Amino acid sequence: MSFLLHNFVALTFTALVLGAVYGLVALGYTLVYGVLRLINFAHSEVWMWGSFAAVWVMIAVGGGSGKGLTVTIGLLVLAGAAAMIVSGGVALAVERVAYRRLRRVNAPPLIALISAIGASFVLGEIMGLRDQVVGWFGLRDPLNAYVRGARDNTRFANPVESHELLRVGGYGVTNIDVIIIISALLMMVVLDQFIARSRLGRGIRAVAQDSEAAALMGINKDRVVQITFLLGGIMAGGAALLYLMKFGVTRWNAGFILGVKAFTAAVLGGIGNVRGALIGGFVLGLAENYGSALIGTQWKDVVAFLLLVVILLFRPTGLLGESLGRTRA
Amino acid sequence: MRPIVKFGAPLVAAVLALSACGGTTGGSSDAGGSSSSGGGKNCDLQIGFFGALTGDAANLGQNIKNGAKLAIDQYNAKNASCQVKLKEFDTQGDPAQASSLAQKAVDDKTVIGLVGPAFSGESKAADPKFNEAGLVAITPSATNPALADNGWKTFFRVLGNDASQGPAAAKYIQSVLSAKKVVVVDDASEYGKGLADIVKKTLGSSVVATDTVQQKQTDFSPTVTKIRSAGADAVFYGGYYAEAGLLKKQMSDAGLKTTLVVGDGVKDEGFITAAGEKAADGTVMTCPCLPPDKAGGSFYADYKKAYNAEPATYGAEGFDAAKILLDGIAAGKTARADMVSFVKSYDQPGVTKQLKFDDKGEPSEITVWAYKVEAGKIVPDQEIK
Amino acid sequence: MSTATAPPAGGRTQPVRTGRLAGLGGRVAALPRPVKLLLIAFLVVFLYLLPLIDPPFIAPSESDFGGVLFNVATYVLVALGLNVVLGYAGLLDLGYVGFYAIGAYTVGVLGSLHGNVPFLLLLPFAAVVTLISGVLLGAPTLRVRGDYLAIVTLGFGEIIRLIAVNWSWVGAASGISDVPKPPSTELFQIPHLAWVGLVASIDLDDTTTFLRFGVLDQVPYYWLALTVILIILLADIALQKSRVGRAWEATREDEDAAELMGVPTFKFKLLAFAIGAFVGGLSGALFATRQAFINPESFQLLLSILFVAAVVVGGAGNRWGVIFGGIIVSYLPELFRPFADFRVLIFGVLLVLLANYRPQGLFPPRRSVRAKELDQRLEELEEGTPSA
Repeated sequence: MSFLLHNFVALTFTALVLGAVYGLVALGYTLVYGVLRLINFAHSEVWMWGSFAAVWVMIAVGGGSGKGLTVTIGLLVLAGAAAMIVSGGVALAVERVAYRRLRRVNAPPLIALISAIGASFVLGEIMGLRDQVVGWFGLRDPLNAYVRGARDNTRFANPVESHELLRVGGYGVTNIDVIIIISALLMMVVLDQFIARSRLGRGIRAVAQDSEAAALMGINKDRVVQITFLLGGIMAGGAALLYLMKFGVTRWNAGFILGVKAFTAAVLGGIGNVRGALIGGFVLGLAENYGSALIGTQWKDVVAFLLLVVILLFRPTGLLGESLGRTRA
Repeated sequence: MRPIVKFGAPLVAAVLALSACGGTTGGSSDAGGSSSSGGGKNCDLQIGFFGALTGDAANLGQNIKNGAKLAIDQYNAKNASCQVKLKEFDTQGDPAQASSLAQKAVDDKTVIGLVGPAFSGESKAADPKFNEAGLVAITPSATNPALADNGWKTFFRVLGNDASQGPAAAKYIQSVLSAKKVVVVDDASEYGKGLADIVKKTLGSSVVATDTVQQKQTDFSPTVTKIRSAGADAVFYGGYYAEAGLLKKQMSDAGLKTTLVVGDGVKDEGFITAAGEKAADGTVMTCPCLPPDKAGGSFYADYKKAYNAEPATYGAEGFDAAKILLDGIAAGKTARADMVSFVKSYDQPGVTKQLKFDDKGEPSEITVWAYKVEAGKIVPDQEIK
Repeated sequence: MSTATAPPAGGRTQPVRTGRLAGLGGRVAALPRPVKLLLIAFLVVFLYLLPLIDPPFIAPSESDFGGVLFNVATYVLVALGLNVVLGYAGLLDLGYVGFYAIGAYTVGVLGSLHGNVPFLLLLPFAAVVTLISGVLLGAPTLRVRGDYLAIVTLGFGEIIRLIAVNWSWVGAASGISDVPKPPSTELFQIPHLAWVGLVASIDLDDTTTFLRFGVLDQVPYYWLALTVILIILLADIALQKSRVGRAWEATREDEDAAELMGVPTFKFKLLAFAIGAFVGGLSGALFATRQAFINPESFQLLLSILFVAAVVVGGAGNRWGVIFGGIIVSYLPELFRPFADFRVLIFGVLLVLLANYRPQGLFPPRRSVRAKELDQRLEELEEGTPSA
């Protein structure tokens, strides 16, 4: 207990940083669930592919720290754009391959889950086997920098070096902490506004509320679903860059645990609720850190899952309720 | 030699039976009778690799396999007329799969010995079978001390167990780093926790805090907070390199300059990848293995030539384990029982150490070295005596 | 359109398949009773002899057939248990591995780590302990909505594993060795067949002792598991035909309507959950004794997903389909072993294909075929034309 009190600021701050990443990934689950009422099990791999896109682009242009402010910002934008494009593209591919046909025949949700699980295996394994895959095309040597150690951690040439900005309650807040929290909030606000105000956003809300009525009103459901997946993918790409800035490495199976956590965050906040995703991420991060401090770090994940179970039992719609359809409705 | 009653499968005409009879006498694919013929060279022999080649733990398994494969390739280059094959038993590190695969390895009589099992968990599932079948299994990486206490006659390991490395690490922390306050962290894995517990016990009262993380965890902020709050002079981490690298990076990002001391599970380039060159600098790694320049032979140069990479964790041990078996084959030990006694009495210099086993199958000569990360390279520091 | 969250509620526009398999099933069903019994007896004997026959092409070349068959048998048993939860009652349980682990650990902890209880006592005890844990988990959680249940159970599975990793009283990461074996009575030896091409020979060197539960030979464990499967199968048939089975079906298809008709749906869901847990615990206990060593590594979350895949691939609700699904999920990776690195990739591709082209599973339950016919007829009435 005294450990928690003495290090309250540090535990809180690091929790918020991690929670921001959880929240961004959670958006993908929450959007797809809000519109389709399906759990997109492959979303963690969408995130993972985005993280590799950022890593590769930095290898290609020779990224790294200490290059002056303009170059650094340029590199970050480049890495972020690459991650978002690839994540968005992979999310669209998942929709096309694993979901579209099933949606047409109105398959039960369970089947869609199985399909997504299959897609998740495929995406993960392709990345884990990428050295062999490019080997088929005789590209292994030219691409060695991108594919070597395919099953191991791959390093992100981080353009931003971590350093302490200010000290709050014994904790040194770093520039990366600040970047992550601000970017996550920003992305969330943009997405929220997009869904609340834009034409496409209105379409998404309409389909989420009542897809058949929306179709009758002339909304192209396929398009809305695609946009939903794309948005989730883009957010995952952003999350991938932020994650890399904080943790520095990614690997083929890095998505799984993050995915489960992000899903938990989505449910905590009220799955289908865009704002809830970020709140859920923060709450989950805080619960993990405080729980770790109180009963031991090894129980971190147990705390997260117990919190999930308790929330579902006593407030099954999550903290903010499920309301993709009702955002500014 | 063995009684075999033959009859045609009901559906197959006698025509096939004739050709099939010819097939059995060749005896390569059959549960191979010819291996017991003593004396002359037998060219159908295989050395098994038993460990994870796919799945989460695949990287360590691949390292070992590469080391073993190098030894076999070198042997085959010298013995072109009589090749030894490497047979892979991919357990994915899963004891459940290890069970069935162990059975298969036992049944395939052309398998004369095994390099593996790679991990302590699968060792517990598979080694009893090897013991019962008299199939020698030399592990290059399973370091749980208790493994040697099961009375398995076929169990050997070419590296020191955690009980030899732990006290050495503790000694280094106390005498070289002269740390007064140590935080001991482990990853709850059998290897990591086992090693950390020994270090904890040896250090005694200078351990000011402990923490347990989980494998595949990426965020270590509560642990970092704990280290800072304890005001530690040194941190010992028992576990593998992926998590150790992330922990070190997050320590350094948080402005902690505390020295990290780790065991051989972290002695891998992957640690530097995960931590980043700058953060990795100064990390101390203990390992019951000799530095390249102290080791005989041209293993390091050969490995680099073959794989275009530095030998990673346990690669050299994999080479040594395979080398012992290959020496046995060269000496005409083509029956499993002969091989077991050959390995028992083996006494030759290897890449990592003088390879000689005590009666429990442990290496009889263990030297623990401290290594240090300097400018993105793992370099030998000193022998811990 | 009501939002049917229950899995086999039927895609309403899927064309009905009346394939050759259905025809075969019909023909077998039409046979006179003694012939049918004879056929079944023959099949059962064949199943018992399978590991001794070691048939070429079917037996995997890279792993031991007896051991693989045992693995397959545990999956089949798990699939049968999960089918009650998922297929009959329509509850998506993503944490089934938790029950599997509880069964295995009960045997390990009481039989080796903290006790010396003989295996034959432990087997039913483990199943009962797991059943109780199922009730304890189910009572509060079964009230939450369908897809939330999936997540709660997923969390439960992970919690069980994490407890196993971190709690030293149950062995932590080093696991439990020397799990007790079933008692052996060595009566006689049975030789295996050895195959060269398509010619079999009796291999007197390779024998299985009836009935020795040793370290090396896996065949007796397979026989034990097969026996348990047959017993569970009979119970399953009886149960599904009873009032309980009909109550489950009603609950699955429309919970509100069932409740209105006086079916205490919650009680029946809890019953299904508990029975599923019971069978899961049973298979975990079998796994532990064959393995002789258990550690938390064997109870990864991925296993839960494979279990669900087994049920869905086979056809949730159809016990024969589910058995087949269990066989596929556990056996295909063994067949793919020569492709080593690409096994999981191939498995993933197959899952996607299967979900897309046989969404009801390979063998949809008969009820579902009927439901689909009805749905299609309704659809035709509504729209005037049959849709694809």
